Amino acid sequence: MDTIFALATAPGRAGVAVVRVSGPAAWTACEALAGRLPRPRLASLCRLHEGGELIDEALVLVFESGSSFTGDPVVEFQTHGSVAVVNRLLAALSRIDGLRPAEAGEFTRRALENERLDLARVEGLADLIEAETEAQRRQAMRLFEGDLGKRVEDWRARLLRAAALVEAGIDFADEEIPQDIWPEVAALVQRLIADFSAEIAGIGTAERLRHGFEVAIVGAPNVGKSTLLNRLAGREAAITSEFAGTTRDVIEVRMDLGGLPVTLLDTAGLRETEDVIEAIGVTRARERAEAADLRLFLGGEDLGISLQAGDILVAPKADLQPGGGGLRVSGRTGEGVDALLAEIQRELSDRLGATQTAVRLRHGEALVRAVTALDSATELLYMPEDVAELIAEQIRQAIRAVDSLVGRIGVEDVLGEIFASFCIGK
Amino acid sequence: MKHDFDVIVVGGGHAGCDAAAAAARAGASVALVTLKLQDLGTMSCNPAIGGLGKGHLVREIDALDGLMGRVADRAGIQFRLLNRKKGPAVQGPRSQADRKLYRAAMTQEITEYQRLTVIEGEVASLVLDGRTLRGVRFGDDAEVTARAVVLTTGTFLNGLIHIGDEKSPGGRMGGRPSIGLAEQIKSMGLATGRLKTGTPPRLDGRTIDWDGLEEQSGDDDPAMFSFLSSGPVARQISCRITHTNERTHDIIRQNLSRSAMYGGHIEGVGPRYCPSIEDKVVRFSEKASHQIFLEPEGLDDPTIYPNGISTSLPQDVQEAYVRSIRGLENVAILQPGYAIEYDYLDPRGLDLTLALKDHEGIFLAGQINGTTGYEEAAAQGLVAGLNAARFALGQDPAQLQRSDSYIGVMIDDLVTQGVSEPYRMFTSRAEYRLSLRADNADQRLTPLGIAWDLVSDARKRAFDAKLERIDAAREILGEISVSSRALNGAGIRVNPDGPRRNALESLALPGAGIGALTQLVPELAGFDPVTLEQIGRDAMYESYLQRQRKDVEALQRDESWEIPGDFRYEDLQGLSAELQGKLKRVKPRTLAHAGRIEGMTPAALTLILAHLRRGERKRA
Ligand SMILES: Cc1cc2nc3c(=O)[nH]c(=O)nc-3n(C[C@H](O)[C@H](O)[C@H](O)COP(=O)(O)OP(=O)(O)OC[C@H]3O[C@@H](n4cnc5c(N)ncnc54)[C@H](O)[C@@H]3O)c2cc1C
Repeated sequence: MDTIFALATAPGRAGVAVVRVSGPAAWTACEALAGRLPRPRLASLCRLHEGGELIDEALVLVFESGSSFTGDPVVEFQTHGSVAVVNRLLAALSRIDGLRPAEAGEFTRRALENERLDLARVEGLADLIEAETEAQRRQAMRLFEGDLGKRVEDWRARLLRAAALVEAGIDFADEEIPQDIWPEVAALVQRLIADFSAEIAGIGTAERLRHGFEVAIVGAPNVGKSTLLNRLAGREAAITSEFAGTTRDVIEVRMDLGGLPVTLLDTAGLRETEDVIEAIGVTRARERAEAADLRLFLGGEDLGISLQAGDILVAPKADLQPGGGGLRVSGRTGEGVDALLAEIQRELSDRLGATQTAVRLRHGEALVRAVTALDSATELLYMPEDVAELIAEQIRQAIRAVDSLVGRIGVEDVLGEIFASFCIGK
Repeated sequence: MKHDFDVIVVGGGHAGCDAAAAAARAGASVALVTLKLQDLGTMSCNPAIGGLGKGHLVREIDALDGLMGRVADRAGIQFRLLNRKKGPAVQGPRSQADRKLYRAAMTQEITEYQRLTVIEGEVASLVLDGRTLRGVRFGDDAEVTARAVVLTTGTFLNGLIHIGDEKSPGGRMGGRPSIGLAEQIKSMGLATGRLKTGTPPRLDGRTIDWDGLEEQSGDDDPAMFSFLSSGPVARQISCRITHTNERTHDIIRQNLSRSAMYGGHIEGVGPRYCPSIEDKVVRFSEKASHQIFLEPEGLDDPTIYPNGISTSLPQDVQEAYVRSIRGLENVAILQPGYAIEYDYLDPRGLDLTLALKDHEGIFLAGQINGTTGYEEAAAQGLVAGLNAARFALGQDPAQLQRSDSYIGVMIDDLVTQGVSEPYRMFTSRAEYRLSLRADNADQRLTPLGIAWDLVSDARKRAFDAKLERIDAAREILGEISVSSRALNGAGIRVNPDGPRRNALESLALPGAGIGALTQLVPELAGFDPVTLEQIGRDAMYESYLQRQRKDVEALQRDESWEIPGDFRYEDLQGLSAELQGKLKRVKPRTLAHAGRIEGMTPAALTLILAHLRRGERKRA
């Protein structure tokens, strides 16, 4: 087996950089550069040399195969976070026999191959690394902790129960089996459909949580959208001016709203316009606003954009004009801004299921396949003919779909997809 | 006597008979050695052939021109198609057999084979040259040489019979156990295990009060096993049904400690799906009564086989509980029920041809591999005999797959998973159940049988003619177009404004049978019913079959990753010792095969795949 190495921290200037080496030759590599092998799992300061030349002074951590992340012998070099130092160290490593740069996701792949992680946990890890906010971290952590795997076990057990009932009716028809198995089968199937459907319904939101919620600020020109955006974002993100139609493009500001990743969209003022360029901006604004997770309607809702459940009506420029429908907010003075943020946060949090375990489109697709099979099974359950063998077939399909969640089958395809979403060194 | 054969089959039970016959059909000279000449076609237990899953096996044996189906048809005294109300994929033909007729028909079939010699005697040991088979040695030290041997000694390896707390060595009632052979096999380093099974007391039908017992008769239109049989030969009879009661259960409960199973006299594992009456009473204590089928063992034989009360209680207790049952108040027991413990060889040491992987020329079939049942035994016998012949004649192995037959499913299960209890066939073991039907066994397997030189000219002609009829009918039906309105009018659930369909597509609609369609397509009446039925069944499952074909393709992708025989699992870091052990024992041929090993994890599969790929890249 090859020994692989890569920079494990973000590239660029930083306080420290971590270079990870994993594989049978990891320890020899450490001895070659540091002149010695520190005691495992004990941080040791070493001077790294190549050909008599000092590369850097680094903190070196050695792990045995049983206690490392990948399951291989591992060495981690914590160097100064300098681009030059890191490049020099990587070059030195590449000249050591048996070592080669890691491919994308290869460390994690080894952890999977060495049975340190299962498929769903690998996905959890990928999300954890990407997590920017508290809610994202929590969701990823659930996956990483193996919650999906546990739930799959439970679903699988119930599906197997249903399958077993049906199969018993088929294979032991000439023996004494309980008279009517169908009510239990129907009940099991119904409950599974409900459980799967709940997970499926939550996947959209969970996916949003992974990528961030979009909140669009919509309203007539010059109603104060950009001022509000700047106030919400706490910095000058959009160009604000007194003239209507200044914001031609959609401006995005990412922010962490009480743990939720939120992208605020400032859209062009929505009005009929002769200006070709502005017209493009208006169309684009309409589309983005319609597709966003939530809309803040500034100064009324009649803008050609439909009000969707959960959208928030805001009465803008509260400092200038008293009254008006909706939450009273002033982007200029900051009046009502905290209340608005709280309202957005409450609305988005409500959508997050606390128990959601399926969080990726891949999970959703597998569950949809399971539900489709179980829906067909339900239909067959009410056929006048005895079609037990077809019902059994549908339940098998559902089992296969659920199994694919944790990678029990279709290993190849699933892996391909998973590892495509990884980048080097993780 | 001749002293050299291509193939020697040891054991004349169900596995042995079909093994010897298959080897002879495949062109080998064959010796069938068995303890007693009457062994040919002897049923140790229930005088019945077929059933769910098992009926499929018999049809498949017949499609390869094996003996069991034809013999069972000739000896059948009652035919029933189980699951008749369910879909065709899960219907299983079953018959009651007259023991004597069965033995006679089997003996006749065997003696008709020119290349096959039956030898009465006990094989005491195999003659080996290192790990290569040279022949067999008899009890009297005589030797016969051969290129290949098929061992089918059933329950005779270290067999131990239990009746209550009495035990005596034996392969079945009235048969000696094979101890010499068992010792040798163990010394060859083959993994063995211990299993058990049991049989009920046999009753004297003349002492049964038949009046008022519920009658169970055969089907009006009997489904035969053989594709070449047209109907029953023997006179047809009915069975009767009676039930145990609370008093029966009390007697059994009071004497549990005297049962071989419960008194702790037996170490072997029994089949969960074939519990003794002691088991039933203990495990299902809430049931006040269990059903018993009273099955005649023959037309001119008073012996009755009471199906459902196998036991290992002492003889006096058997008598007491049997007589507590309605109709059996004064019954005489002709032979007590008993349990038998025996050795089996871990089938994970075999390959798909049922040959021992680390020896040359030794094949195993039947109960010796941990299975139970005549049909399972005969099906393995056929495959082992065929391959022993091909091995002896220097031909390629002949293998069946999970996707083409129940036989393929069974053998793959055995060599991959091994057994933890006696292995019996069920339809649910076959993941491609909808395409592996009893009715299309010939279409699945007869072409293979022809390619392997297993099939007689008569069968080949009949098969070709049948295929021609089906193809012709299919072609004509494909050209007839039917409107949705007409279909709807005929009571088929379809939108009347839907598109026109051809007659084949119409058959695939839910609820559309040949009957409903004949009103609309008068041409149907011109085809013979068997052909139409077959087409109707294919159509009924068509959408499922399409999906299954995709599954089969996916499987074949994984099957295409071959794992070399010398693959070093010890080099795979991170593989648990347990999985490593299993993989080394099974030596999976392909990635798909590895995936079917019990307890296999996705991570382990990925690991193997990664290594295969690495090898690929190096080669490329
Ligand atoms: C008591 C009992 C109860 C059973 N109950 C059931 C049941 O309920 N359901 C079910 O499905 N199955 C049952 N079976 C199993 C069924 O009978 C067997 O699975 C089937 O007969 C196995 O076929 P076989 O060819 O492997 O072995 P067998 O039919 O046992 O044949 C073995 C043959 O090998 C011969 N032989 C053995 N040793 C030698 C030797 N050294 N040299 C030459 N010949 C030898 C014997 O004479 C015998 O003819 C039962 C079996 C027994 C004994």
